[in-house]
Amino acid sequence: MKKYNFYFMLAAAAVMLSGGCKPQGPAGVTTGGAASKVYVAPGQYDEFYNFVSGGFNGQLAVYGLPSGRLFRNIPVFSVNPENGYGYSEETKPMLNTSHGFVPWDDFHHPALSTTNGEHDGRWAFGNANNTPRVARIDLSTFRTVEIIELPNSGGNHSSPFITENTEYVVAGTRFSVPVGENRDVPISSYKENFKGTISFIKVDPQTGRMNIAFQLRTPGFNYDLSRAGKGPSHGWFFFSCYNTEQAYTLLEVNASRNDKDFIMAVNWKKAEEYLAAGKGKTEKVRYAHNVYDEKTHSASSTILEEVTVLDVMELPGIVYFLPCPKSPHGCDVDPTGEYIVGSGKLAALMPVFSFTKMQQAIANKDFEGEFQGIPVIKYESALHGEVQKPGLGPLHTEFDANGNAYTSFFVSSEIVKWNVKTLQVLDRVPTYYSIGHLCVPGGPTKKPHGKYVIAYNKITKDRYLPTGPELCQSAQLYSIDGDKMQLLLDFPTIGEPHYAEAIPAGMLKDKSVKIYPIEENQHPYVAKGEKMARVERKGNDVHVYMTAIRSHLTPDNIEGLRVGDNVYFHVTNLEQDWDVPHGFAIKGALNAELLIMPGETQTLLWKPQKAGIYPFYCTDFCSALHQEMQGYARVSPAGSGTPLKFSTGEPAAANQ
Amino acid sequence: MKHLLKITVAASVVWVVSCSPEKPRFEENSKKNTSSAVESVADPTKGIGPVKHVTLSTPLDQERVKRGKDIYEMKCEACHRLDDQRVVGPGWKDITKRRKPEWIMNMITNVDVMLDQDPEAQKLLELCLTRMPNQNVSVGDARDILEFMRRNDGEQ
Repeated sequence: MKKYNFYFMLAAAAVMLSGGCKPQGPAGVTTGGAASKVYVAPGQYDEFYNFVSGGFNGQLAVYGLPSGRLFRNIPVFSVNPENGYGYSEETKPMLNTSHGFVPWDDFHHPALSTTNGEHDGRWAFGNANNTPRVARIDLSTFRTVEIIELPNSGGNHSSPFITENTEYVVAGTRFSVPVGENRDVPISSYKENFKGTISFIKVDPQTGRMNIAFQLRTPGFNYDLSRAGKGPSHGWFFFSCYNTEQAYTLLEVNASRNDKDFIMAVNWKKAEEYLAAGKGKTEKVRYAHNVYDEKTHSASSTILEEVTVLDVMELPGIVYFLPCPKSPHGCDVDPTGEYIVGSGKLAALMPVFSFTKMQQAIANKDFEGEFQGIPVIKYESALHGEVQKPGLGPLHTEFDANGNAYTSFFVSSEIVKWNVKTLQVLDRVPTYYSIGHLCVPGGPTKKPHGKYVIAYNKITKDRYLPTGPELCQSAQLYSIDGDKMQLLLDFPTIGEPHYAEAIPAGMLKDKSVKIYPIEENQHPYVAKGEKMARVERKGNDVHVYMTAIRSHLTPDNIEGLRVGDNVYFHVTNLEQDWDVPHGFAIKGALNAELLIMPGETQTLLWKPQKAGIYPFYCTDFCSALHQEMQGYARVSPAGSGTPLKFSTGEPAAANQ
Repeated sequence: MKHLLKITVAASVVWVVSCSPEKPRFEENSKKNTSSAVESVADPTKGIGPVKHVTLSTPLDQERVKRGKDIYEMKCEACHRLDDQRVVGPGWKDITKRRKPEWIMNMITNVDVMLDQDPEAQKLLELCLTRMPNQNVSVGDARDILEFMRRNDGEQ
C-alpha cells in the first residue's frame, strides 16, 4: 500500500513538474505523504463533519474531513425538488416571509450552537442575506426546523453569531435602511432617515425555539461581520462596520475614504438592563416565524407584528466604537476572549484589541470623540498591538488551541499563521486562489479542536478540469499539526462556500435520528397502516391517504379524479428501518417529487389538467421489486360522473 | 432430495451475504457468532435472537390480541394477509402451527440476523425476494402480535 502511494505520488509529482501550465505547481507543497493523511479507507469514517455554507445556492453542505467527501446538501433557504423541500405542502410554510413565498436566498454563515463556549452538537444556525432571515438546523436530523425573518434589516450579513451558551443569535443588517412608518423617502436622505439594526434572537435552551427579544437601533452605515465575546468578554458583542462615510452610491470609492472605520462593541447585558427597565419601544413591523413540527411532520408560518427597539444613540452605555483601519471585514475574538482581531480589507496592518484595555478606556472615558452621540474609544488605548505587513486584503481569522491565529488574505491569496500574544508572523501558505473564509475545527470556540485549517476559495481558475464558463468552487485542506502548514487536499464544493464550521464526528454521529416512529406520527392525514389508506373527496379537493412499503403503494389504482381537482397525495412511509425512504412522483406534476423518510407523511399537491391515465411511482430505489412499485390515477373530464374508486391488489371494476 | 436441500440452503446463504453489503463478510460472521450458532444448533427451530423461551397460556389474553391487531394493521398488514395468500410476505394463516413461538418473535424482532443466518428465514427470502424490513417492534409488541396470530389461527 505504502509503496503504491509512493509511486503514485512520484508519478504525480513528475507530471506536475513537467507541466508548465500551473502557476506555482503545488508539487512542492503536497509532499510528505499528503495522500495518506486524507485517505479514509472504504467503509471507514471521517474524523470531522464540515458544515459549509452554499452561498447563492441557499443550502448547507456537509462534508467529511479529512477526505473532503460530500455527505449531504441540506436545503435551508432554497427549494429542493430532489426531496420536495419547499414543494411539499408540509414544507412550503418554511419559506414564507412578509413578502410571501421566497424560494431562494443567499446563505453565508453557519454557526454551531455552543454551551460554555464549546461546541455542543445540537443546532446549526444560518443566515439569509437577501431577504433577511435566520434558520435553525437540527443536527440530529440534518433538517431545517425553524426560520425567523428579521424586520428593519436589509442584507442580513453580520449574522448569525452566537453567545457562549447560545443565549442569543445576533443578526446585524448590512445595508442601513429607513425604519419606522414612512419608508418612502429619497435615497439622498440617507444620513437623516437610514438606520442600522442589530437583532438579538433569544434561543430557548431546551427546544432551540427562536424569538426576537429586542433590536438595537444603531447609526446608519454598513454592518459587516460579528463575534460574541467569551470568557472575560462574555456579555459583549463586536461588529465590524464600514461606510462610516454614510455613502449611498459608488461605495467602492465613496465608502473607502476614511482612514478608519469602526468595530462596534456592544454590551448586551446593559441592553438587557434597559429592556428590563422598560426602555424599549414597541414598533409595528411584519415578519414571519416558521416552525417545523417533527410530530405532525408539518411546518407552520406565523406573521408577527411587533418588535421592541432599544435606540443606542439615546441609551448610553450599550455601544462604544473602536476605530479600525480601512473598512474592516472580519472581527474575530480569540479563544481566551481577551483579544479582538480587526481585519481592514484595505489596510496594510491588522490591529488586535485587548478587551481588558478597552474596559479600562471606557472606565477612564479615554475617548477621542463621538459619532452620533456614541463614544469613540482612543485607538491606542484599546490596542493590544498590530500585526505588521501580514499580507494583502485580510478577511477572516480563526484560532487553534495553542495561541495561534490563522488569517485569510484575499488579495495576496494566502493563509498567514501568527501568534496572538506576540503578533509575530510564523508561517504562510498560498491558496489556489483568492481565499475568502477559512475554518479551523472549533476555531470560533473556547476550545478549538485544531488539526486542520480549510480554505474556501473564491476562484479556482486552472485547478480542476474546466466545465465551461462556470468553473467549480473549491476548498483546500491544510494540516496545522506541525510548525509549518501543509497543503493536503483540494476538494470541490457546491454553491459558493462562504463561512464553514467543523465539529468532531463523535459529537454527532451517535445522535443521528434513524427513523420517525410511526406510532408518534401526528400528521392530520397520516395512514398508520394500509387499512387507513383511502381516498376522500371534499368538493374539488381530493385527499389520497397513501401508504408506501417495500414494494407497493396503497392505493395503487385510483379512479374518479376530475380535471380541476386539487389532488393531495398524503404519502405515509410505513417502513421503520433506517435508510429506507420511499419517493413519490406523478406524471405532469408542476411542483416536484416527495422523498418520505421512514414513519413520515408528506404531501404532494397535484392539479390534473387533462383527462387520461397518469402513472405514479416510487422514485427512491428501495428493493428488488422497486420497479414494480407503481400505480395509475385515472382523470375524467370536469363534471364527469366516474365514481371515486381506489384499490390495491384487486382490479377496480372495468368499463366505468 | 436431502442433498438438494442442503445445496439450496448453502446457495441461499451465499446469495443473502452477497446482497447485504453492510454486513461483515461471511467467514468473519460465522466465527464471531459461534455462540449463537451453538444455541441455534441446540434448537434451530426457535430461530436466532433475544427470545429464548415463550410460555403460552390458554385462554388467550384478549388485551394482547387487541394490541397485537393494532400493531399488525400499522406495521405488518401492508405485506402479510391473514389468510394463506402470499403478497409481499407469506400469509399468516396457520403460522403458529408451522413455527415455534420463539422463531416467530425472533423473526419479528431480529430480522436482519435471521435473514443472514437462519436457514428457514433464508428460504422465505428466496421465495419472496424482498427482505423483511425491521419494523422497530419491541419484544413485548412481538408477543402481542403472536397472541393475535394465535387468535387468527382459531385459538380461543
